[in-house]
Amino acid sequence: MVGILCLIAAESAVFIIFVVAYIFYLGKSISGPSPRDVLDIPIVGTICLLSSSLTVYLAVGALRKSKVGLCSLWLAATVLLGGVFLAGTALEWRQLIYKDGFTIRTNLFGTTFYSLVGLHATHVVVGLVMLALALVFALRGRLTEANAERLDVLSLYWHFVDAVWVVVFTVVYVLGR
Amino acid sequence: MADSIPLTGPIDLTSAPKARPLTLEVLHAWVTTVDHKKIGLMYIGYALVFLVIAGLEAIVMRLQLAVPENGLVSPQVFNRMFTMHGTTMVFFVGMPILFGFGNYVIPLMLGARDMAFPRLNAFSFWIAAFGGLLLYFSFLGGDGLYGAGTAPDVGWFAYAPLTAKVFSPGHSTDYWTLGILLSGIGSIGTALNIVTTIICMRCPGMKLSRMPLLVWLYFVTCCMVFVAVSPLTAAQIMLLIDRYLGGHFFDTQAGGSAVLWMHFFWIFGHPEVYILVLPAFGFANEIIPVFARKAIFGYPAMVAASVAIGFISLSVWAHHMFTVGLGPGANTFVALATMIIAVPTGIKIFNWIATLWGGNIRFTVPMLFCAAFLFQFLIAGLTGIMLGAAPFDWQLSGSYFVVAHFHYVLVGAIVFTIFAAFYYWYPKMSGRLMNETLGKWHFWLFLIGFHLTFDFMHIPGILGMPRRVYTYQLDRGWGIWNLIVSIGVIFQVLGVGCFVFNLLRSYFKGTIAGPDPWDAWTLEWSTDSPPPAYNFAAIPSVQSRRPLWDLKHPEDPDSKYEL
Repeated sequence: MVGILCLIAAESAVFIIFVVAYIFYLGKSISGPSPRDVLDIPIVGTICLLSSSLTVYLAVGALRKSKVGLCSLWLAATVLLGGVFLAGTALEWRQLIYKDGFTIRTNLFGTTFYSLVGLHATHVVVGLVMLALALVFALRGRLTEANAERLDVLSLYWHFVDAVWVVVFTVVYVLGR
Repeated sequence: MADSIPLTGPIDLTSAPKARPLTLEVLHAWVTTVDHKKIGLMYIGYALVFLVIAGLEAIVMRLQLAVPENGLVSPQVFNRMFTMHGTTMVFFVGMPILFGFGNYVIPLMLGARDMAFPRLNAFSFWIAAFGGLLLYFSFLGGDGLYGAGTAPDVGWFAYAPLTAKVFSPGHSTDYWTLGILLSGIGSIGTALNIVTTIICMRCPGMKLSRMPLLVWLYFVTCCMVFVAVSPLTAAQIMLLIDRYLGGHFFDTQAGGSAVLWMHFFWIFGHPEVYILVLPAFGFANEIIPVFARKAIFGYPAMVAASVAIGFISLSVWAHHMFTVGLGPGANTFVALATMIIAVPTGIKIFNWIATLWGGNIRFTVPMLFCAAFLFQFLIAGLTGIMLGAAPFDWQLSGSYFVVAHFHYVLVGAIVFTIFAAFYYWYPKMSGRLMNETLGKWHFWLFLIGFHLTFDFMHIPGILGMPRRVYTYQLDRGWGIWNLIVSIGVIFQVLGVGCFVFNLLRSYFKGTIAGPDPWDAWTLEWSTDSPPPAYNFAAIPSVQSRRPLWDLKHPEDPDSKYEL
C-alpha cells in the first residue's frame, strides 16, 4: 500500500511536468490549428472513465465480503467503461489524424497534446490490462478474499489514473480551449 | 556404549566434503538473488567499476589540460570525455553506490530480514545496471549511419537545442537518453522500496523517533527521488519524442523553448545533489558518534534539518540559470532560497562538532575521512553561498570556479564519506577488517591530491577560464594552476590505488572482525559478520536509539534519558 502511494507520487511528478509543458506552450504554436479548431469535449468517455472509479471501488468492497461473483461483475463493468473511454480516445485521434491531418509533428500544440493525452492513455491501457487480468482470475475462481488487499492496491492505481484525467480534461478541454 | 545398536550397514563418519560450488552455480546464485545484502554488494561493485572508468575519463581530461595548447586528444574526444565523466559519476557511480549501502544497511539497522519488495529490488538493480551498459555501448554503437561520432558529447546536462537531431546526428545522444531513462526507473523502484521498508518493516520498538539517523536521511532522500527523478524521466521522454517523432518541445524553430529543458533538467539536477549528499550525511551521522564515543548531539534537530533541506532543495534549481535572465523577481527568490539552505546545513555541521566536543575521539580511518569531510563540506558550502548570490554568479557561471565548487561537494563531501563508509562497514560485509596502515596511506594521499586538484581549480575559474574548453592559449596565465590541478590527480590515483588494493587484500588477509569490531550501537552490529541470509535469527526489539548500548550497559540504558 505504501509502495503504490510512492509510485503514485513519482507518477504524479511525471504528469505534472507534462501538464506544465502543455500549459507553458498554450498559444505559442507558430502555425495552426489551435485547440479550439479541432478539439471536441469527450463527454461520454469522461463520464465512463470517472464512473469506472466507482465500479472498481464496489468490486473491492464485494471481494472484501467474499462475494466473488459480484466482484467479477463490477470488474467487468470497470473494464468495459475503461474500454469505452479508450475507444473514445482512439476515435478522436483517428478523426484528428486522418480527417484534420493534425499530428504530433504539426505544431507545438500537436506535440504537447498527443504526448499528454497519450501518456494518460498509456496508463489507462496498463490499468485495463491489470484489471482484465484480475477479471480473468475472478472468472476462473482464483480470486478470493485473501486477494482483496491486492485488488485494493490496483484500485488505487485506477483511481489515480482517473484523477489524472480530471486534471488533463480540465487543462486540455476546458481551460485550454 | 552399553546400549549400542548393531550396525545394519556401513557407516561413514567423515562428513561429506563441502563441495566447492561451480563457478556457474555461484554466478547463477548472484544473478538470481533477491537478497538485499547481495543486491547491495552488486550495486557497490558495479559502482566501483564505473568509478574507475569515469576516473580514467577525468585523467584524460586533466592530461589534456595540464599544459596550454596541448594536442593529446581532439576537441571531439574531449567533449565525449566530460560528458561521459559527468553522466557516469552522477548516474552510475553516485546513485548506485548510495543505493548499495542503503540496500545493505537499512534492513539490518531496522531489524528486518529483507527489503519490503525483494524482487522489485533485483529488478531495479538490473535495469539500472543495464542503463549503464547501454550508455557505454554507445562507444560501439553510437555511430548510427551518419559517421557522426560515437559516445554522447552533449554535456551532462545536454542543453537544447544541441540535442536536436540536426545538431546531434547519429545515436549517441539516444544512448545517453535511454541510459538515464533506465537508471531513473531503477532509482524510483529502489527509492519506493526503501521508503516502504522504512515505513512497514521496522522491528518492535523501533519508533520513527528511534530510527538511526542514516535511515532518516535515506527516507528523505528517497522521497526526493520521487519528485526529482520523475521530472527528468518526463523530460527524457519529451526529448525522445522530439528526436524520433518529430515533436517540437525543445525546437526553437517551431516556437519550442530551450529554456524549458533547462528548467526541467535542473528541477531534477539540483535536488539530485541533495539526493547524493544526504546519504553521505547519513554515513557521517553513524560514524562520527561511534568514533567520538558519544551519542549524536541533537537528534531531533538533525532530523528536522534533513527534512528542511529536502523541502528547500526543491525550490532552488533556478540558481543554475541566473545567466539566462529570469528577471529580478525570480532571481531574488532563488538566491534567497539557496542561501536559506545554509541554515539547516549549518545546524548539521554544528551538531557534528558538538558530537565531537568532549568526545573520546578514536582517529581510525573512517573517522579521518569524516573529519576531512566536515572541513571540506564547510568550504564547499561557503563557495555555494558565493555562487548563490546572483551577481557573483553572473561573473563566474560556466567557469572553472563552478567546477571546483561542485567537485568540492561531490568529492570533498560525498566521496570522502563514501570512503569512510567503506572502511566502517567493510568488516560487516566481508567479515574482515580493512588494513589500517594502507587505509591511512589512502587517506593522506587522497587528501593531498584532493586539495591540490580542487583548491587550485578555483583560481583559473576566477581568472576567467571557462569550463569545457579542450585547451587554452599560452598567454592566459592559467597554465601553472592547471598544472598543479593535474599533478593533484596523480596523488588521487595513488590513493585510490591503495584503496582498491586494500579492498582486495583485506578480503583474503584482513583480521577477522567479529560481529562488532567498532563497539558500535546500531542493530547491524548485533548479527554475524557477514550476516546470515536471514539477518537475525530472532527479530530484535529495541527500547532506545542505541540498542546495542542498552545491551552492553544494562545498568545505564539510553532509554532512561531519551524523551
